[in-house]
Amino acid sequence: MAHSTAKESIEEPLGVPPRNLLNVDYGVGGVTTTMLPREEGDDLHSETMILNMGPAHPATHGTVRLVVELSGEEIVDADVEVGYLHRGFEKMCETVDYNQVMPYADRLNYVSPLINNHGWCLTVEKLLEIQAPKRAEYIRVIMSEISRMSDHLTCLGASAMELGAFTVMLYMMQAREYLWELIEEVTGARLTISYGRVGGVKDDLPEGFAGRMKKAFDGTREQLESCDRLLTRNRIFVDRMCNVGVLSKEEAMSYGLTGPLGRASGVNYDVRRDFPYSCYEDFSFEVPLGEKGDNYDRFIVRFQELHQSMRICEQAIANLPDGPIVVDDPRIVLAPKDEVYTSIDGMINHFEMVIFGVQPPKGDVYCAVEGGNGELGFYTVSDGTGRPYKLHVRAPSFIHMGAVRRMLLGHMIADVVPTFGMVNMIGGECDR
Amino acid sequence: MAVLQHEREQKSAALLELLKSKLASHIISSRITLGDAEVHIRREGMLDFFGLLKLDSELRFEMLMSVTAVDWLDEREDRFEVVYHLLSLTHLHRLRIKIAASETEPVVESVVSLWESANFLERECHDMYGIRFNGNPDHRRILMYEEFEGYPLRKDYPVQGKQPRVKLRYPEVENTARHMIRPTLVQIGKGRNGAQHS
Repeated sequence: MAHSTAKESIEEPLGVPPRNLLNVDYGVGGVTTTMLPREEGDDLHSETMILNMGPAHPATHGTVRLVVELSGEEIVDADVEVGYLHRGFEKMCETVDYNQVMPYADRLNYVSPLINNHGWCLTVEKLLEIQAPKRAEYIRVIMSEISRMSDHLTCLGASAMELGAFTVMLYMMQAREYLWELIEEVTGARLTISYGRVGGVKDDLPEGFAGRMKKAFDGTREQLESCDRLLTRNRIFVDRMCNVGVLSKEEAMSYGLTGPLGRASGVNYDVRRDFPYSCYEDFSFEVPLGEKGDNYDRFIVRFQELHQSMRICEQAIANLPDGPIVVDDPRIVLAPKDEVYTSIDGMINHFEMVIFGVQPPKGDVYCAVEGGNGELGFYTVSDGTGRPYKLHVRAPSFIHMGAVRRMLLGHMIADVVPTFGMVNMIGGECDR
Repeated sequence: MAVLQHEREQKSAALLELLKSKLASHIISSRITLGDAEVHIRREGMLDFFGLLKLDSELRFEMLMSVTAVDWLDEREDRFEVVYHLLSLTHLHRLRIKIAASETEPVVESVVSLWESANFLERECHDMYGIRFNGNPDHRRILMYEEFEGYPLRKDYPVQGKQPRVKLRYPEVENTARHMIRPTLVQIGKGRNGAQHS
């Protein structure tokens, strides 16, 4: 057995261990700077400067603090501090029942809440060993993909705006508006939706949804084409994005990057394709891959994924099966209202559902879905009662923030903005 | 190429067989739960175990997906259980690894030398559960602030627990608007004088 050799052949960790740049007195409040001599006897010109960006900074959408050490304009070291939006998601979830986790899950990645709902529902369903009806799964897929599109549009629009392309931002917000109108029509809400239910979905698609979806997608495609013409070969944009924040495939895998970020670096992994859930195996779609792993690749990958998402939605709506939208099991879903008011069984079932909630058997489960930013995984432990004993979220944003330091080293201070925009940190998901 | 839902159990079984044939000495127990492969391993020599998981051509777990812990309080002899999730892109299999850690000495080895993502994940686990990861170069709190007392996700930490007020980080500066007036930071004509706060 090759135990002893294993340790020797372990590669050296990438990069140097980070220095503690946080919690050092750089002055009071705001952006303050202090010169630090790199070595004793250095003159002023070889000193580095510490620059504190955030927690509230126009370029960090969300609250995150970045302390960078600069040599001239070049970043020689960086320290990332997350956690400003920590609200104890995992602790809160231990105090509520399985369906009540849904609104909390909405607030993880609040730009694509439907995917969070989807992931959590699948986790509990895996624990219960049930499968939602096919129609419910198709509806979930449609809603997830629309959500993913709104996530990508927000990310791309905001990043483009930060580089000066304000028009693109407005075009993309217009496209997002078309999609949010669809979401509003189905779920009744626009931002924090709570549409998922363990065992299915809350409501069926409204009448005439397919037609309106087609119209919304036509509008979105038109906007995207305008954005494409404005951005993709725009000299300023390309110069700012190309060769910035480069991560090789090996580094990306080591840092655990998934989703558009990982795929831009060439990590050929998409949960929807490799571990299909919710009938994703029924649809044909491409997984765009980048070559260089720089910000431009990340932009292109997201842009392509928008089109793929529309493709999936169109296939799903064309082949939408008939049937129920929730499982037929009173221990998992609320009884219909007319039954509750007219029959004793219905009344008892309703009471038990409200008081005790869904009660999965003992066990633990990890379930992953493809979120807007990467693999969104829920690990939950059930102790047989109606409340999760433990819940852990594998939040893609949090893991991606771990790679930000590596992406920034050696680049200019101005490159922080597009890199951070392309990482697309969502505070609610990162800090939980 | 894709692993469909009904194939997962079979795939997990094959993976566990492979693990047992290669690394039997590390494994305490193994099982398949709801289609997922899961192994309990010994803490001693865990770095060798993880190293082989990453480097062996038949296993090739290139990605560390998550590190967390479960607090079993009085239910188990060893209070904590550190849980790792690994993913292999080459072979498309997943593995859950559990290591027990006692209440008096909640220490495991850090895997940051194998996967860079372990740094943030282990910091979070340390922050939330107080597990120490031997060899992690950066053992600061991550989601909580430095002065936070206790570990919030432990079962004995109250849901509505109160924390003491944090002292001012720079006591020489009084925390009032009057004392935060800028002139002490930049004095026109005299250059920067950041060291003296009034």
